[in-house]
Amino acid sequence: MSDYVSGFWSVYVALITLVSIVGCAVLLWSQGKARTNSAGQSDTTGHVWDDDLQEYNHPLPRWWSWLFYITVFFGVGYLAVYPGLGSYEGSFKWSSRGEYEAEMKQADARYAPIFAKFQGQDLKAVTADPEARKMGERLFQTYCAQCHGSDARGARGFPNLADGDWLWGGEPEQIKTSILEGRQGVMPPHAHLGADAVKDLAHFVRSLSPDKLAHDAVRSARGKEGFAAVGCAGCHGADARGMQALGAPDLTDSIWLHGASEATIIETITKGRSNRMPAHKEFLGEAKSHLLAAYVLGLSPGAAKKQ
Amino acid sequence: MPQPATKPDPSGAKVIPIREEPLYKPEKKIYARSVSGTFANWRWAMVWLTQAIFYGACWLPWNGRQAVLFDLVERKFYIFSLVFWPQDVFYLAVLLIISALALFLFTAVAGRLFCGYACPQTVYTEIFMWVEKLFEGERWARMKLDAAPASGAKLARKAGKHAVWAVIALWTGFTFVGYFTPVKTLAAAFLSWQLGPWEAFWIFFYAFATWGNAGFMREQVCKYMCPYARFQGVMFDPDTLIVTYDAERGEPRGARSKKADHKADGKGDCVDCGICVQVCPTGIDIRAGLQYECIGCSACIDACDQVMDKMSYPRGLIRYSTEHALAQHWGRREIVRHLLRPRTLVYGAALSGIIVAAAWGLAQRMPLKVDVIRDRATLAREVEGGLIENVFRLQIMNLAEAPRRYSLTVTGLSGIQIATDAIVEMPAAATQAVTVRVRAEPDSGRRGSNPIHFEVRALNHDEVFVREKASFLLP
Repeated sequence: MSDYVSGFWSVYVALITLVSIVGCAVLLWSQGKARTNSAGQSDTTGHVWDDDLQEYNHPLPRWWSWLFYITVFFGVGYLAVYPGLGSYEGSFKWSSRGEYEAEMKQADARYAPIFAKFQGQDLKAVTADPEARKMGERLFQTYCAQCHGSDARGARGFPNLADGDWLWGGEPEQIKTSILEGRQGVMPPHAHLGADAVKDLAHFVRSLSPDKLAHDAVRSARGKEGFAAVGCAGCHGADARGMQALGAPDLTDSIWLHGASEATIIETITKGRSNRMPAHKEFLGEAKSHLLAAYVLGLSPGAAKKQ
Repeated sequence: MPQPATKPDPSGAKVIPIREEPLYKPEKKIYARSVSGTFANWRWAMVWLTQAIFYGACWLPWNGRQAVLFDLVERKFYIFSLVFWPQDVFYLAVLLIISALALFLFTAVAGRLFCGYACPQTVYTEIFMWVEKLFEGERWARMKLDAAPASGAKLARKAGKHAVWAVIALWTGFTFVGYFTPVKTLAAAFLSWQLGPWEAFWIFFYAFATWGNAGFMREQVCKYMCPYARFQGVMFDPDTLIVTYDAERGEPRGARSKKADHKADGKGDCVDCGICVQVCPTGIDIRAGLQYECIGCSACIDACDQVMDKMSYPRGLIRYSTEHALAQHWGRREIVRHLLRPRTLVYGAALSGIIVAAAWGLAQRMPLKVDVIRDRATLAREVEGGLIENVFRLQIMNLAEAPRRYSLTVTGLSGIQIATDAIVEMPAAATQAVTVRVRAEPDSGRRGSNPIHFEVRALNHDEVFVREKASFLLP
């Protein structure tokens, strides 16, 4: 249905359309005959130009004019049942939005029973079902792969979902909550500490890694003191093993969401980070999120890491 | 509406009355007399051939499915052993080009052969006219029946004719839809009256079109709707064989006794029987020369030859001849010699060239297609061992109608390797997206994009092999 800024335009469009259709019909009817001045001959129109130039009048078959009239009637009928005359909806009340809604209803009716089957099951049971895993994989490729990668192993700033490490908890319900409600991971900026102190903290954090990252031992020792004093432990825990309730990462593992280089860690501490997983409750709904949670659960090796 | 008769004008000049002529006139119904002869036999042979193929091909099985099926829902066109996917639409374009060139070639050689012998409009009109003759009789009987007042006998004849027409039309509609929905399934659905709405619509629509076009419209299609009639002017040249009335031989026309020496009496061979006009399905007089309505069906040739036989005159007063041949009195040898002229040779060469190229292309067609889609957001990733990893999705299309296993390899950087499964199993005629992780040393190429190639090869079918290029990003 067309939306006009004022009712005038609707009337304007409808009027012009109707007048044109009626005009076409009048034109057809009035031009159905040719006025000729041929005295007796019916083969030509009777006009003679340049002494001997004449024009044949070979009439078109009558069914031709019927076709023209049929189009006029069809046009009127069509505009009575479908929208076209301004804002008039048409007696069939067809709209493209209505088409979409009807198709969505059809799809829901078709897929709802399949989703319902898995909805009632425990997430661990769904993970074990091969059909559910295939559905989850297809859903993942459609909705999640743009950020987390086709193989779910993420990218810089987008967590790896297949490594068994969880920022917000790896229990089935926690994974599902991450998908439904989204997550907002916030690392507050610490530029006020001063560049030197930040660099010390960065070296300390690098020293915590089991990968034996190169670091300055002196700075690292100073950083260790700073870690407790400045308040990093408040979110990351006294042992720097992270806090899943806040989404604070474990700083003692090999997994670096934003990169392990000194410059990156300094940037993280100085400027902070704000990483958002969008909420998918409205967009995907409960049923699809249930399948996705089961799929993601099944990607990781072994049990989830507990806080 | 005619104006009153001449009014006396004060200045004394004569005023011509103005008349109103209709611009649309109902077309007169044509009652074509039936004809038999050489060309009529050729025409009926074409009817049998074309309809045997049309009505028969959809029932042929192949490899557990219908041999000729255009499965629009699954987007696959099956023609015997060939399966065409949407990506093969190029072959459809080539087929259309071949059809067009073939049409140009034989039209340049012998005029509207398609119209007179092979066009569905002609073929179905022939069939329907034959049924009409069964119920309503020959030309004069039909004219008499139409002019007669309504009666039980008339109604019975007309009803019978329409009933048979309806059956043929419905069978035609059903067969047409049977090329898009498997015909055996369609038959079962039709008999149990469980047709889908669109199938039902198309069957009845096509049946209605057949009944209308072959039963009523007939020559109206050729005269007013078909573009082929109008552009024959550019496809003919003075060496094209066309249905020609030899005016030099036939004129002056007139009735005469069989025993009379007509040449001595100053008469031509044409006895003015008018049978050539009676048999014409488009209602023209070929003696006036080639007209755009003439569909080249050669009914007039057969009719005139029969009359010539009866008069013991030589055949061929109306025959296939060319403009040049008539003007310059060529014999058959000369006409045939002029068959090979630049126009036909160029068409013939282009046609053979394209047919050979298309056949070769089809024979070389690989039953495997691969598209590489790289994971854009992931760019490059560092993984254990300090290697750099890129993620790709390979859309693999197994065109063969059997399950296949494919091996994946990647080349382009030294030491580049695939970190996921290198063997992919695909069901028959299926598409699958396979996620592939590719790893390389950080110093094996330059920073940024490096061209690499994926090679997908079918196991046990070495010749089935596709190489697709992609790019590997190193930070």
